[in-house]
Amino acid sequence: METRIVIKKNQYRDSVFLMVINEQTRSLPGINEIAVMMGTVNNKDIIKEVGFFGPEIDSATSKDIVICIRATSEEEIERALAQIDEMLTRKRRPEELEDVYKTLESAIRERPETNFAIISIPGQFAARETKKALNHGLNVLLFSDNVPIEEEIEIKKLAAQFDRIVMGPDCGTAIINHVPLGFANAVNPGPIGLVAAAGTGLQEVVCLIDRAGGGISQAIGTGGRDLSDKVGGLSMLKGLDILDNDDETEIVVLISKPPGPTTTKKILKRVSKSPKKVIINFLGSNPELISSFGVTVGQTLEETAFLAVAALKGEQYQHRNFSTSEEELKRRLKEETERMTPNQKFIRGLYSGGTLCDEAMLILNDSVGEVYSNIPLKPKLRLQDLSKGQNHCCIDLGDDYFTRGRPHPMISPDSRGRYIISEGEDPQVAVLLLDIVLGYGAHMDMAGALRESIKVAKAEVEKRGGYLAVVASVCGTMKDPQDFPSQVQNLEDVGVVVMPSNAQAARFAAMIALKNNNRIG
Amino acid sequence: MKKDRHLAERKKPCFGKDLVVVNIGIRPFYEDLKKLNVKVSHVDWEPPAGGDQEVTALLDKIL
Amino acid sequence: MEKKEAIKEKIKQANRAAVENMLAAQPVWVDVARAGDVIPGMKKNMLLHAGPPQKYENMCGPQRGAAWGALIFEGLANDAKEADQLLASGKAVIEPAHDHDSVSGAAHMISFSQPAIVLENKTNGKVYYTHMKEDTFIALRYGSHGDHTIRKLKWLTEVVSPIFSKGLKKVGGVNCRDIIAKSLFMGDEGHNRNQAETCLFEQMFIPVLLESDLSKEQILEVARVLQHDENFFLYQVMASCKAMLDAGKDVEYSTIVTVMARNGTEFGIKVSGLGDMWFNAPAPMVKGLYFPGFSEKDANPDLGDSCITETAGIGGFAMAASPAIVHFGTATGVGGSVQDAINYTKEMYEITEAENPAYQIAYIDFRGCPTGIDILKVLDTGIQPIINTSISPKEPGRSQAGAGLVRAPMECFKKAFLAFVEKYKLAQKS
Repeated sequence: METRIVIKKNQYRDSVFLMVINEQTRSLPGINEIAVMMGTVNNKDIIKEVGFFGPEIDSATSKDIVICIRATSEEEIERALAQIDEMLTRKRRPEELEDVYKTLESAIRERPETNFAIISIPGQFAARETKKALNHGLNVLLFSDNVPIEEEIEIKKLAAQFDRIVMGPDCGTAIINHVPLGFANAVNPGPIGLVAAAGTGLQEVVCLIDRAGGGISQAIGTGGRDLSDKVGGLSMLKGLDILDNDDETEIVVLISKPPGPTTTKKILKRVSKSPKKVIINFLGSNPELISSFGVTVGQTLEETAFLAVAALKGEQYQHRNFSTSEEELKRRLKEETERMTPNQKFIRGLYSGGTLCDEAMLILNDSVGEVYSNIPLKPKLRLQDLSKGQNHCCIDLGDDYFTRGRPHPMISPDSRGRYIISEGEDPQVAVLLLDIVLGYGAHMDMAGALRESIKVAKAEVEKRGGYLAVVASVCGTMKDPQDFPSQVQNLEDVGVVVMPSNAQAARFAAMIALKNNNRIG
Repeated sequence: MKKDRHLAERKKPCFGKDLVVVNIGIRPFYEDLKKLNVKVSHVDWEPPAGGDQEVTALLDKIL
Repeated sequence: MEKKEAIKEKIKQANRAAVENMLAAQPVWVDVARAGDVIPGMKKNMLLHAGPPQKYENMCGPQRGAAWGALIFEGLANDAKEADQLLASGKAVIEPAHDHDSVSGAAHMISFSQPAIVLENKTNGKVYYTHMKEDTFIALRYGSHGDHTIRKLKWLTEVVSPIFSKGLKKVGGVNCRDIIAKSLFMGDEGHNRNQAETCLFEQMFIPVLLESDLSKEQILEVARVLQHDENFFLYQVMASCKAMLDAGKDVEYSTIVTVMARNGTEFGIKVSGLGDMWFNAPAPMVKGLYFPGFSEKDANPDLGDSCITETAGIGGFAMAASPAIVHFGTATGVGGSVQDAINYTKEMYEITEAENPAYQIAYIDFRGCPTGIDILKVLDTGIQPIINTSISPKEPGRSQAGAGLVRAPMECFKKAFLAFVEKYKLAQKS
């Protein structure tokens, strides 16, 4: 017979709860006697009566749980202890959570200090719920899309009346008061504030700032349509107000696709009144117009991030196309192209982030020429058959067409995995270009989940006597719930070239395609 | 001058000191925030009028 | 803007008034008497059924069986075939029990000679009716119409009911409000679990019988009825709820629901500010647990006036008082977890006007039952009233198939709302 006594210090449980544990553990095989009780004077007497003694019991207090087990073997004691531990630490079942309600009214009544709402219900009802939230004085992150533009304008005007902001519709990411909301990354706090009409654009910039040693005060989303002339930048203007008034913020970064012409001027005029240092990335915009207002321009997301960090450190920013040394670059380029067949000439981008896809297309457009897409830069470059790529092509797999009734590619690897394999079967494809986006809400191991597809695709091309290059960037930070270094490692292990940013990944993909076409040395 | 006047109109911080969140819709957002020890409630939302937008619009005229 | 505020205020005041009248009700079971003698508008060839009005040719299986049984019991037909002919030809007529200040459970058909529970709202003096409960699962209320059922119905009418009547007259009536209130502290919810109510009734009634000049055998009849049917008191509760809700009807501008009822084909509601209009939708299928020998394919769509209990804030609305309801193995299990039971009650607060101080639920800190369903809140929140109910078999003559949960169809509330808008001309441009 073996005996064990374990004292769990400073852990109170009520007697009924412990009785249940007692009963359920006593019935395990090999258990001769058991006592699980709080160390009160009375209970200690009972424990002695049952035949357990020892100094640990004597010195236990009424705040400690006393666990005594007598069993026929050590294994049985271990098993009993494991069960007791599990029962003591068992989380409450989801339905027992006390803060789940059926209506917004009830939630606010029970928790009147509520000051922020995240709304992700179907678009046709989203504005209605947003109005309720605004009327209760809340700021809103409006994740829902398919909200009619008239309703967007209505809720933003209402927000202005209450001096609040609506971030959205179709806003998937924000970091407010250092809390990541929606699909957002865990970043260091610091004096750089952002307002963005582009979800993964925001994520890329914020992650690059973090990894370069900077920190974020607020990352405010506006939704993709905010800077259209119809909506007039209502949320971006409010976001600017917020950052101007925020003591923590010293540097302001604005990110978007090119706004409507009227809105561009409105924003720039407003920016010129800001007391803070402002850097703007209106992806694909004419940089001269922006700098004519005395505002610093970032031409890529990466550049924008580095400009912000440089401003923070009081340094001059030096643009470089690549962080890797020229030698290393040359070496990798050779590696990636030497086994390709001559007819492999095309780049196929398979993206989970729309802005990252946009950025890639702009960069590729400058180097390899026209790029087809389901979100093309020009109407004539619209991809007709979305089941496969055509010429140089970048597909945003997070677009509505692909996500209706199916999970988003940031959450599920399935759609991208399929495309990786099918694009690999096209003998004219030289390089696949991918984004892996980490952070809250995203898949816990996207790199791992895509490994097999990448391996299979590469192996198929090798069988045919060619070589499939795969270039990727990982948008994330060391603090994200996923393990950033192992995401990178997972990709490199299967032969993916991982570049430190989306811009560099796109540039490198272009280099591969061009080299194989003998256009560059 | 313009800048100064603007600065003089400083308002209370828009987001308050601590975020106290209510999540309406997709549950994982609520669960993620709970793991981060953010004060968050969840609303298990149902579409008004069983999803009928016309009736909802009419209802909103009256309510 | 002003007009909108004025309307809102009118509705608010009207709902408050309607619910106040409901909460003030004092339902007392005063007698058992021949239906034809007491139920307003009752005729020898008339049968009263649960739910909204319907044509005989559309009637569901169990109600047909019950109708035939009732006509055989009345001596108007010799067998099912003859009964069917009487009904098809219109020589025998069917009408909603609700049109006669009555309620009818499951598929039951109240007929002229049957014993009717007579229940008075002492607050306003109005009287309401329902039928005495047959103490078996093979009953008229599930569509049985065989010899055994008819015999038992005769025994209930001729032997048992007069004894009850004597006792009731002696004691001056049984206060149902008190019994319901106490039973909510004892694990009943009032629709599928009436066991505590039945015990409480027996506790006060047997001494009354013993003090009367009834014989031991007669008293034993009552005792045995209560012994065999642990949910005996359901119909008294249903009549009490009917009395309570009816006190709040016909209040102009009120959006409070006064009736929810099903006839096995349609689910219908009535609203205080909309008079006698029914707002109907196809009766839904109940989601539940089945007795041995039954499954979904045996089930009839939702049936009976018993959801008058939910309409009054008990039954499914009071599930938090009765977590045992979820446990299958009794006649009342509806499935789910204990937490589910509590959550259902909490949900119902979102769509009701008031908490009934007379009917409290200890587990949720003695909150009163959620009372006074507001159609506007149902629409606004998207939350449909939850109902605990028995499942009737599709085939007439079988016993109860099971028990489960069902939601009142949103369609009823939409229709009622549109009628409200029209009646009070709320869609005019100001």
